[in-house]
Amino acid sequence: MSKVVTTVKPVATNPLKLSQPLGASLAFLGIKGAIPLLHGSQGCTAFAKVMLVRHFRESVPLATTALTEVSTILGGEENIKKSIEVLLEKAKPQLIGLCSTALSEVRGEDVAGILKTCNFPIPVLYVSTPDFCGSLSDGYSRVVEAIVKTLPQAGALNPRQVTLLLGSDLTPGEVADLKQLVAAMGLTPIAIPDLSTSMDGHLADSYQGVSTGGVTVEEIQQAGRSAFVLAIGETMRQAAKLWQERFQVPYALFAGVTGLEATDRLIHCLMTWSGNTVPELYRWQRRQLLDALLDTHFYITGKRIALALEPNQLSVMSHFLAGMGAEIQVAVSPTRTPQLEHIPAATVIVGDLGDLQAHGAGADLLITSSRGVPIAKALGIPLLRMGFPIFDRLGNGLRSYVGYRGTMQLLFDISNLFLEAEGH
Amino acid sequence: MLQAKINQLLTEPACAHNHHHGDKKNRSCSQQAKPGAAQGGCAFDGASITLVPITDAAHLVHGPIACAGNSWGTRGSLSSGPLLFKTGFTTDLSEQDIIFGGEKRLYQAIKEIAQNHRPAAIFVYCTCVPALTGEDVEAVCQTAREKLGLPVIPVLAPGFVGSKNLGNRLAGEALLDYVIGTGEPPTVGQFAINLIGEYNIAGELWDVLPLFAQLGIQVLAKMTGDARYEEITYAHRAHLNLVICAKALLNVARKMQERYGIPYIECSFYGIRDMNDCLRQIARHFQSEELTAKVEALIAAETQKLEQELAPYRAKLQGKRVVLYTGGVKSWSVISAAQDLGIKVVATSTRKSTAEDKARIKELLGEDGIMMEGEGAQALLDVIQRTKADMLIAGGRNQYTALKAKIPFLDINQERHIGYAGYKGMVTLARELTNAMYSPIWRQIRQPAPWEVDYE
Repeated sequence: MSKVVTTVKPVATNPLKLSQPLGASLAFLGIKGAIPLLHGSQGCTAFAKVMLVRHFRESVPLATTALTEVSTILGGEENIKKSIEVLLEKAKPQLIGLCSTALSEVRGEDVAGILKTCNFPIPVLYVSTPDFCGSLSDGYSRVVEAIVKTLPQAGALNPRQVTLLLGSDLTPGEVADLKQLVAAMGLTPIAIPDLSTSMDGHLADSYQGVSTGGVTVEEIQQAGRSAFVLAIGETMRQAAKLWQERFQVPYALFAGVTGLEATDRLIHCLMTWSGNTVPELYRWQRRQLLDALLDTHFYITGKRIALALEPNQLSVMSHFLAGMGAEIQVAVSPTRTPQLEHIPAATVIVGDLGDLQAHGAGADLLITSSRGVPIAKALGIPLLRMGFPIFDRLGNGLRSYVGYRGTMQLLFDISNLFLEAEGH
Repeated sequence: MLQAKINQLLTEPACAHNHHHGDKKNRSCSQQAKPGAAQGGCAFDGASITLVPITDAAHLVHGPIACAGNSWGTRGSLSSGPLLFKTGFTTDLSEQDIIFGGEKRLYQAIKEIAQNHRPAAIFVYCTCVPALTGEDVEAVCQTAREKLGLPVIPVLAPGFVGSKNLGNRLAGEALLDYVIGTGEPPTVGQFAINLIGEYNIAGELWDVLPLFAQLGIQVLAKMTGDARYEEITYAHRAHLNLVICAKALLNVARKMQERYGIPYIECSFYGIRDMNDCLRQIARHFQSEELTAKVEALIAAETQKLEQELAPYRAKLQGKRVVLYTGGVKSWSVISAAQDLGIKVVATSTRKSTAEDKARIKELLGEDGIMMEGEGAQALLDVIQRTKADMLIAGGRNQYTALKAKIPFLDINQERHIGYAGYKGMVTLARELTNAMYSPIWRQIRQPAPWEVDYE
């Protein structure tokens, strides 16, 4: 058990934390035909939109209720109704994801009450996501929980159908890999949310003002008949529990699926559940990974690594790297969660990128978002870009570090950075 | 206090937006965001665009995480020296702070930044939440100023008061109230000017400053691209203000004229004609024969050089049709740059354009030219299709609208990494336009998949 330090300071320097509405928007984008609507001032939406566009290099539908000083004080009810009417007419969405912000929360808006008085032809899902608590993964998880509570419908269980509840760490490419694995084991996956077909970067046939892919509302409704739930990410635990309570089906939770052992555990779980054996493709990938572990361990064992990521990803990566024989010099998280206490690190800090810079000196590798670039330069340490936002690399949508193949990719990416730093 | 200031800024007399609307409320700078749309940035966004380029200052965002966390470090403004402006500082207000008030926390934050980073000044941005809970950010800044002996400047531009444009002006007010006129320059030359509304995006200022140096024109203060805090303190000693490509900071120019008697002219650095025109306007202002001769010589030399450098691009761009979709003054300044290259601008947006801008656009585009008000992505695509345009020139927000419709695209806004200002920028612009338009990918992309073709 590690000692978790929360730095007490009045100012965040180079914040690591991102806002809940941003995370919530990301989750909604994994639903086909959805549009996230942020209940706040126009800037709340503009900033979140710019971040998402720069990270994914995709057009991102995102709307604002456009609160002004006056509507904040008098109440934003009209703004909410008007926004939804406009979106219904203009964008023709299948679902609207309404998220609160710090502004509407401080004002004390009763959004749920307002929505009760309305009758919209499509689901309007409300989530409370004030900016003044939590971070990206919290806003994202709240959306998944809201979906689980309302959309799936009970019915005769389908023994081959699996609901995947997927955490915010997973890239669209990783979601695709996980779905493929589950399908290869003879099961039918329904991913909630499903970024693999919405934020993966694909050319649609025509312009649309809503998300152009993802899981459909109908599929989510059908998901109520899944016989089993697979939750990936500690942040999905609450959603998985809710599901179990609603539909009385079992769930299995995996913090992450990076690494030989984690992937083995997932596949073993799927084998047990499906009664099927592992396809040759994955057997072969496992052999490749074994070889990659041998090739790369020279470079990774004994290296000191400093990380700053959202809590679940921080925990997963720290365990994986420690399992490769690396030393976790410092792990920085934007928020405090129970997971942090189990991170195998000398120091675990709840803080910002200023803390990464202060405690990262002397490390052999930094792992954080593109915002770590100046720190890496200042300290002269190579950087592996991970998390959000990554705005100086292409292909963020398709990158995968899960499963046997994704783990290999991660090992090669890290080892190549070390090789380059050593000047080979 | 703030509301009075806002009303005053929305009716800025120097802004031509306000001349043709009388008392009507549809002035473009006072237009409010529409519920259900994806609008541009808020007033806080605009204020930080205007002030963050001051490189040796610390920029502290007082509010919950979204305002700073989702925005720091994303702008393309470059520095030739200090990098403090790239550091994101925020009080990251929690629920506790909001309930019990964040003023103490704000003071501590200012103190800590002063001690740890030794900034030339600290700009404190008050965002929506502390504005709503009624914190006295001005008083905290004043106390800090006195106790720490350092300029601490409150920027009262919470997002919900209005648009990005209004935020630009509010930031300008902060400069007028707290910065301009508080220092003295080491020397003032014969021809001293300030640049207002130029942010050194992608370093494009560096393609223009050498021209002024060559002409013996001293750029006293830049507001605010690649600026040091000190140079803005003595901006009131300049002889002339150049308002670059932006109506937003006209309040600064007009008030400097009132307070310090400094006249101003409006200029654009985009395009050969506009760049020439800008230099000639300066020469005319100073009424110096020597300067006029130097300007004409420079223009002649640059024009000759450009003719050679642009020739290969002109051959390829001649007669190409583009749609321009950008805001304000850029809607005409970029037209002239495109026309200088032989490109036909078939349509442009007139969002944020004044009546004066629109008249200019009409003159530049001719009878067939289409003027679009901001109607959104679908309308934009319709216009591109109808005019059979070869290309879209717009801001990054529309990049994917164009690319997804398989249309060549060039980014013209503030997040880009390539500078287009001045004579040098013209060559860059020609090169980038040619590359985008003639990329061999367009043929590949427009080809159907084999299974979509009827094989006989």
